[in-house]
Amino acid sequence: MAFEYAPVPLMNTPAPLFGQSIRRLEDDALLRGKGRYIADIALPGMLHATFLRSAVAHGRLLSIDVSAAEALPGVHRVFTYADLRPSLTCDRIPLAMPSGAIRFDVDPYVLAKDEVCHVGEPIALVIADSRAIAEDAFGLIGVEIESLPAIVDPRLGLADGAPQARLDCKDNLVARMTAQYGDADHAFAHAAHVVDAQFHLHKGGGHSIETRGVVARFDAEERLLTLWDSTQMPHQAKRMLVKTLGLDESQIRVIAPDVGGGFGPKFVFHPEELAIAAAAMLMRAPIRWIEDRLENFTATTQERDQYWQISAAADADGRLLGIRGRLIHDHGAYTPYGVALPYNSATNLLGPYVLPNYRLDISLCLTNLIPATPTRGAGRPQGTFVMERLLDRLARKTGLDRAEIRRRNLISPDQMPYRTGLTTRDGGAMIYDSGDYVESQRRALNFAQWDDFETRRQAARKEGRYLGIGLANYVEGSGRGPFESASVRIGPSGKIVVTTGAAAQGQGTVTMLAQLVADVLGVRPETINVIAGDTAASPLGLGAFASRQAVTAGNAAHRAASIVREKILQVASSWMEVSAEDLELADGRVRIKGAPQMGRTFAEIAGALDGMPGYALPAGTSPGLAAANDYQPSALTYCNGTHVAEAEVDPATGVVRLTRYTVVHDCGRLINPMLVDGQVIGGVVHGIGSTLYEMMIFGEDGQPQTGTYADYLLPTADVVPRIAVHHMESPTNLNPLGIKGAGESGTIAASAAVTAAVEDALREFGVEIGELPITPSRLFALLKAAR
Amino acid sequence: MKPAPFRYHAPRSRADLLALLAELDDSRLLAGGQSLVPLLNLRLAGPANLIDLNTVPGLDGIEMHGDTLRIGAMARQRTAEHSSLIKMRCPLLAEALGHVGHQQTRNRGTIGGSIAHMDPTAELPVVASVMDATLWLDSTRGTRSLPFADWSAGYLATQIAPDEVLTRIEFPCWPAGHGWGFAEVTRRGGGFAMVAAAALVLRDAAGAIARAAIAIGGLGATAVRGTAAEALLIGHAPGDAPISDAAASAASLPAESDIYAPSDYKQHLAGVLTERTLLQAIQRSGTHV
Repeated sequence: MAFEYAPVPLMNTPAPLFGQSIRRLEDDALLRGKGRYIADIALPGMLHATFLRSAVAHGRLLSIDVSAAEALPGVHRVFTYADLRPSLTCDRIPLAMPSGAIRFDVDPYVLAKDEVCHVGEPIALVIADSRAIAEDAFGLIGVEIESLPAIVDPRLGLADGAPQARLDCKDNLVARMTAQYGDADHAFAHAAHVVDAQFHLHKGGGHSIETRGVVARFDAEERLLTLWDSTQMPHQAKRMLVKTLGLDESQIRVIAPDVGGGFGPKFVFHPEELAIAAAAMLMRAPIRWIEDRLENFTATTQERDQYWQISAAADADGRLLGIRGRLIHDHGAYTPYGVALPYNSATNLLGPYVLPNYRLDISLCLTNLIPATPTRGAGRPQGTFVMERLLDRLARKTGLDRAEIRRRNLISPDQMPYRTGLTTRDGGAMIYDSGDYVESQRRALNFAQWDDFETRRQAARKEGRYLGIGLANYVEGSGRGPFESASVRIGPSGKIVVTTGAAAQGQGTVTMLAQLVADVLGVRPETINVIAGDTAASPLGLGAFASRQAVTAGNAAHRAASIVREKILQVASSWMEVSAEDLELADGRVRIKGAPQMGRTFAEIAGALDGMPGYALPAGTSPGLAAANDYQPSALTYCNGTHVAEAEVDPATGVVRLTRYTVVHDCGRLINPMLVDGQVIGGVVHGIGSTLYEMMIFGEDGQPQTGTYADYLLPTADVVPRIAVHHMESPTNLNPLGIKGAGESGTIAASAAVTAAVEDALREFGVEIGELPITPSRLFALLKAAR
Repeated sequence: MKPAPFRYHAPRSRADLLALLAELDDSRLLAGGQSLVPLLNLRLAGPANLIDLNTVPGLDGIEMHGDTLRIGAMARQRTAEHSSLIKMRCPLLAEALGHVGHQQTRNRGTIGGSIAHMDPTAELPVVASVMDATLWLDSTRGTRSLPFADWSAGYLATQIAPDEVLTRIEFPCWPAGHGWGFAEVTRRGGGFAMVAAAALVLRDAAGAIARAAIAIGGLGATAVRGTAAEALLIGHAPGDAPISDAAASAASLPAESDIYAPSDYKQHLAGVLTERTLLQAIQRSGTHV
């Protein structure tokens, strides 16, 4: 069933904490080294696991001989697919997401069955006394693989007669779809200006500091499987384990303890999570697997390549008439995340602009590389990049200033809510609910001193330095459903416990929820215990994706706290024989306004509602001081913003240095501006990485050539400029709190803005950048060609 | 990423060290470990024996012997970087050390470790090349020295014999008043160089260039000298030195492509960096020989 856009009444802003940059409750433990990550979990008798992985990108798995490895002292067992399959309910892990565009749902096996389809695909699972011994066993496992041709470039994979990337799919076109409305061809036939472009966009992996990791323990007496899992989606992991292991919901508990970053890939249920769980059941011993960095490069899903052929048409005044083109997307070896990535690219291309006609034909190609799934931004940065680069090229063609051509095309605030011609991937109409895009750009240009830039450019040029400035606008659909759960409970101890299906990976989710609940119940946030990421604490839940948890879990927790508040007032009112209007909540008590000594503690109220055997509850009340809420957003809410980047480029070497960065960011009402700043700045840094540094390189045989951080470059402190973040607050009316998501938005416009700044710095050379990342050697090649 | 099993040895004296080297087959020497330990963890290196140099005293001195700077192989890069002796007598080395790895790796990394590892993009081989450093090797068979120019034996390989240890590097210092320049182009900020260059210039009493040395790293397995470029400069006054000809000469040195930089880009960078380091060196040089 599709989501339906349904506005709700906006609440008055809660007070006094809402909107305050209170300190993160998480940090005390984390900064003192008292965090609890997967590698901190040590259980008695725990064994260590590691995976023998495919060394080739594509091949037929002919045989595996584990006998010598199992004879190595310290090795307990070596599992293959054939060993684990009897413990499972199905051959493959049922990851597929429904999508009409998918031609082949390619779900992975727990371990390779008879074909390997990317370097790093797990083939065998070694259980040993230590990780080092388990790695020693690799050399003793006899694996016979018949090499098959590998598909690395999706353009070649879609060519006639291309070899199959997978023997179980008759061709490599795993999905094809078209995003369109209006009549793009007609628009082009009547355009005053047309620009054509080709883009090869590359985006990096998630690169969380904490790699993936799993500890599994099976209690045979209780028939209870507990999985500590570094995941964004503990409830989804539990659902997968229920389906594949044949246990019921009461027999599996998944806990995501402190998680050292997610950024997308930990959304995906990977085969290792099932393999470790199954092995722990078979071995009757706790098992730990900590992914090492090399595995993180070769076995954790990542984003990679998109090839765009795209054209834009505009009228004589620079107003967009249409965009049309083709996108080829490198999908990787199986389909754990449907078509989300390129579909986000296609829909986010529209951005905050009026685009009357659009057609994008999208082909997803199976390749012999790790599956491509969302990393922060999730395909949206690519769509935004394409639109913004087309606008700059149109500006050049029409002679308009780059800011002016955007101003002419921006959706104006009086057009809100603005219905685009597209549907979102969950089937609802794609409607921008709120925002003032014109003002966002105006403020950003003002903060960045856009109008004074020519003075700065000329001054630098006199010193032989080449400065450039770039601008990009974006929107992001955030707060994706279908729901998120939260409960607020107070027991006779008086402790307020918030549980949620949301999962935290460092965003400040615990602080955000505590801050909202504290306002409603009149307590200090640090007195609240927030339990996130534990399936035993919250029966329902989804987790972290699509910049959603403040919107969904935030509204759920707020609603649940409000119900508890009403109940406190109701019980206290009848107990103290005072009208509820004359009561207030403060410091963990309900008390009479103007007579604060007259009151009851939450502990007393909760104690009364906890019940005494054989005695009645207070008149008119129901048991327990608790409420749960599953908040269901009716549609995506769109945050937006504007980025302005300044760069200095050395044309002699191709080296780019970012000098200034300005962000105007609008995610509706801000719960905690400091947390949002952190998200936005982190997102921008991710975007800078994708634009200038991060590049996963594969040989023609599908061998990864960048498997360490010496080869694969993440942005470091010395290359990141000061990032100035300015907030606007256009509340959405799609949720009562008026909030929108912020987790990914910083990433979305960064590539477009930085690329624009680099091109602008080199404008006298006429360089047009069509490829990410912009490495010094690529820039040198462009300059050489231009000279 | 756990190393394969190896035997760890911690010799307490130079004699014990040399005896171990003579006795053991398949051993590697552990200096600062900033390159070797990752290689062990990735199982790209898997020696049967690891001999720790950190337990051997007397390998980390920094001293002048006449006009020659003697640096013990185990001197930490960070120590050398901040040595007032090195700053005064060999400022190029101090400056280049600021580009080696990161502060954290320099705290542990050693001068000898870098010279013995011979990463093609490392900074110290460029300095050793431009200064005509001499390397001293010990074994139970005796002591020998060889010029840095003869040191490389291909990619990540040197002329060291399996039973030898690099004990010290000698840098003949240029006279007071010489100018120096160092520059590199990295893929990211203070990261690994794609190409690095160093230049030294000495002017005579009349101000003309009397000596010049240029070395480029990153083009191939080892740093190379721009001897033709050097020769072009001799006898010229700084104002009319044929810098661009020298740069063009350096840009014609052979270069090997890698996945980050094609050979034509590396050659181009060799030219750009030669020009920049020469200008820097000339600017810093005095005429008071």
